Amino acid sequence: MALLQISEPGQSQAPHQRRLAVGIDLGTTNSLVASVMNGSATVLKDEQDQWSIPSVVYYAAGKASVVGKNAQENAATDPYNTVRSAKRLMGKDAQDVSDSWLADHYQFELESGSLPSFKTTAGNKTAIDVSADILSKLRSTAEQTLGGDLVGAVITVPAYFDDAQRQATKDAAALSGIHVLRLLNEPTAAALAYGLDSGNDGVVAIYDLGGGTFDISLLKMHRGVFEVLATAGNTSLGGDDFDNAVADWIQTEASVTELSDQGAKRQLLGLARSLKETLSSQSSAPYSLAINDNIKFEGELSIEVFNTIIEPMFKDTLAPCRQVLRDAEISKADVQAVVMVGGSTRVPLVREKVSEFFDQPVLTDIDPDQVVAVGAAIQADVLAGNKPDSDLLLLDVIPLSLGLETMGGLVEKIVPRNTTIPIARAQEFTTYKDGQTAMALHVVQGERELVADSRSLARFELRDIPARTAGACRIQVLFQVDADGLLTVSALEKESGVLASIDVKPSYGLSDGEIEKMLRASMENASEDVQKRALAEQQMEGGRVVEAINSALNADGDEHLSIDERAQVDALVDSLKQSIEGTDSDAIKQAVEKLEAGSALFVERRMNASVKQLMAGQELSELERTLVTSGADSDADVSKAQNSTVSNTESDS
Amino acid sequence: MQVDFSNNYFELFELPIAFDIPEEQLSTRFRSLQRFLHPDKFASAADAERRWSMQAASFVNEAYQTLSKPLKRASYILSLNGISLDEETDTQMSPMFLMEQMELREALGDAPEAADPHAALDKIRSQLQAGTRSSAEEFAVAATKENWPDARTVVRQWQFLEKLTSEVRTQEARLDDA
Repeated sequence: MALLQISEPGQSQAPHQRRLAVGIDLGTTNSLVASVMNGSATVLKDEQDQWSIPSVVYYAAGKASVVGKNAQENAATDPYNTVRSAKRLMGKDAQDVSDSWLADHYQFELESGSLPSFKTTAGNKTAIDVSADILSKLRSTAEQTLGGDLVGAVITVPAYFDDAQRQATKDAAALSGIHVLRLLNEPTAAALAYGLDSGNDGVVAIYDLGGGTFDISLLKMHRGVFEVLATAGNTSLGGDDFDNAVADWIQTEASVTELSDQGAKRQLLGLARSLKETLSSQSSAPYSLAINDNIKFEGELSIEVFNTIIEPMFKDTLAPCRQVLRDAEISKADVQAVVMVGGSTRVPLVREKVSEFFDQPVLTDIDPDQVVAVGAAIQADVLAGNKPDSDLLLLDVIPLSLGLETMGGLVEKIVPRNTTIPIARAQEFTTYKDGQTAMALHVVQGERELVADSRSLARFELRDIPARTAGACRIQVLFQVDADGLLTVSALEKESGVLASIDVKPSYGLSDGEIEKMLRASMENASEDVQKRALAEQQMEGGRVVEAINSALNADGDEHLSIDERAQVDALVDSLKQSIEGTDSDAIKQAVEKLEAGSALFVERRMNASVKQLMAGQELSELERTLVTSGADSDADVSKAQNSTVSNTESDS
Repeated sequence: MQVDFSNNYFELFELPIAFDIPEEQLSTRFRSLQRFLHPDKFASAADAERRWSMQAASFVNEAYQTLSKPLKRASYILSLNGISLDEETDTQMSPMFLMEQMELREALGDAPEAADPHAALDKIRSQLQAGTRSSAEEFAVAATKENWPDARTVVRQWQFLEKLTSEVRTQEARLDDA
């Protein structure tokens, strides 16, 4: 179809050339990158033959950051500069950090008004910086393996991630130079990895217990359309907590009250983790660990004791399970399959109890550590345009309600949780005082009634409201949530005809300006290579825009534009082409912006024309054909379309 | 960019304006529309098209969510016929209905202290479900006859039932989490 062709430049010249796209599972403990190669999704290995890259970054003064296994090796000797579990701090503020167990393991720079950062010898690093370093490593792994530049990536996030956490993830991708095709909920990715092959319609539960987060989602599958019915979870619960609890137990058994040394703590945690892993296949695990000659841990952990230690944490996963069933208004009996995701689902107790809860065996066929990356790769392949005939479509929901603070510190919910996205919801407010010329808006996220209990996302003021009597002004507040689950709020005074509007970004996310600043900073520190890359990217982006516009102009440019208008757009296309030949990436960027502004009218007319046709109820594939072959006899097309509508309804129902 | 979508959700889904609608057709049409409009289909398109796709997909989502929920659908039919639910001048409710509501509300308040709280909540829920079912039937009849005053009264009562139903759910959540 015409609109899809626009998104696939290059296809006409080289029909078999694949656009390189990857799926990235950016995990708390480990990260993976996968891609569809020769028709199947494969997890890619790095130069050390590892497919699971520890989400650990080592920062040493004056040296490039080290990511993965090599970084992990420094954990015992140089703990403060070996940053792990940074995902737990994505989108969090100083207070959240103080409350986290990470506060005991790292030194933090907690300045109010700026993002909390890990203090390292290579400088202060925010969770976004750390994630960007991990993403860069995955990107280079992928580009080396696949042999070319990536057009983009699908990055997975826990379904329960709030707006700030999603924004932070997108910011990290921007910093690492990755174009995000889509932020995908981890459980949805897992269902993708499993579901498409089976082709069965029905409701599936995805139980995802990873290193640091827990998610439960209910998905309805119907002919390639995945509808997320409900999702819930806990962003601070996972296998790391099992490890911490086991470490505490070992310490108590040995009557060691305090371990002041960070390296010793790390060693103990490492022991706890290996015991947990042993107990996935054994009934008992002996241990012996000497630290600094004076402390020795020795003993044996049985599966029974282990189960007792972790059971309270496991039980915390069941309340969200009940919640999604309630939200989706279905019973356990309606659930046709339960997919297990995340390394922590290797724990026998977890499998057993989840199976008990849903009253059926659980699915564990695909490696629970790979399943998310595999699903993301499948989605990336589709979004990159490599599968134009794919029926796959994911309809996601927003995990947490979004609202505004109203009088008395109460939350007025504007978009309730589990609403299908993208969505736009508007609500009108009015002034409450005579002569009021400004209004303060406070955007919050969460399920509680009181602002004090909710997550604060953004505050902004609408100014220059015309002074009128109380209640005379109408202020429309619009919440727009995009397909990635990211929110934009705007406020608009309608009554007087004077428009005042403002867009906001969440307080913990970065503004575009800040990202640019960080990007520039990172470029200054890096080699010329980075600047070359920036130019290459800008050139690619420019080329994409030229191709998109040209293909649209060729299709129906003369239909929607007068000769003068057409000439103006053509001139803008030419000047963009010229700038692409040059080496000034800013000039390319400006030319792209000019062209996009200059062709807005054309795009709008085109879209409206296609919407009209859509509204006229044409059968869709027929409509797509009509768009491609504009200029064909339109009456003939319509009558054909009406005929095929009937057969379409039959075949689809 | 302004997308000139009609305000009529029924038209979007190729359905006549009526309360009783074939749900299968609604969801099939919803999926076909999203297959065409969803931002995922425009992941590498130009910005203007991506924005358009987001707006169009948002509109279709809103339309689907309105039509697929019976109470929302009923309210929407009223609004298409120029009937507002929010007029504060008309707060009259049947005393009989209000009495029933008060009793249900008391029962809900007492439920946590009942010998079997889950059973107590189940009982309230089934009463509410029965009320909801008859509201839907009454609305369909009134709407077919274009008796909008009656239709409006039914929807206002229905809203009470819906509110109580969500409170039952909240109570259940509290019981489960305890």
